[in-house]
Amino acid sequence: MTVRVQTEDFDIGAEIMALRKGRPDVGAVASFVGVVRDLNQGDRVSTMALEHYPGMTEKALDAIVVEAKERWDIIDATVIHRIGDLRPLDQIVLVVVVGMHRGAAFEACEFIMDYLKTRAPFWKKEQTPQGERWVDAHESDDQAAERWAGESDRA
Amino acid sequence: MVKLLFFARLREDLGTAGEDIHLPEHINTVDALRHYLMTRGEVWRDVLAPTKALRVSVNQEMAKPETAVREGDEVAFFPPVTGG
Repeated sequence: MTVRVQTEDFDIGAEIMALRKGRPDVGAVASFVGVVRDLNQGDRVSTMALEHYPGMTEKALDAIVVEAKERWDIIDATVIHRIGDLRPLDQIVLVVVVGMHRGAAFEACEFIMDYLKTRAPFWKKEQTPQGERWVDAHESDDQAAERWAGESDRA
Repeated sequence: MVKLLFFARLREDLGTAGEDIHLPEHINTVDALRHYLMTRGEVWRDVLAPTKALRVSVNQEMAKPETAVREGDEVAFFPPVTGG
């Protein structure tokens, strides 16, 4: 299990290769990459600053991956989240899940992202032509995370 | 001593990233601490008002209003998270 919080960019190909290395039991690789959009709520976004809670962030991400491994029959996962100043087109977050079969890998990948969005202490601040503003949390993110509640026996 | 931390919009609105604080003995839950801090003045009352969506962690675990706060704990207040 790899969890990293970093300012540097990441290489999805290299991360997938690292996760698969020496594991011939892997039959499925599911991944998600989140990137910075240039438009949010109708306004142009020129830069986005990502703040986090050092210490808690890593713990929260670890706990999410541990829960994914308990709930789905997956082999391993990598989560990388960037912090600091980002621009449109930049990558923000990477989730890679490897497993024997695609079903569990797809679901665990989506679960990790849904829980990350609602449980990992990151905050985005956007720079727009109207000035800077903190991004508000979306109720739809809470709903996405709640989908996974009470489905503990689906692995 | 209890270590207080504030993040994102709360840090900016309160003008502080955190502090170490001595708490009276009866301030022993997250909810009690929140109301105790609200007595510090108008800005604190507004930022920590019950109508504001905010999250609290104790020792880096998400907490509820009734979660206990003890000597030596690290308590953080922050807005709903927006990573990913």
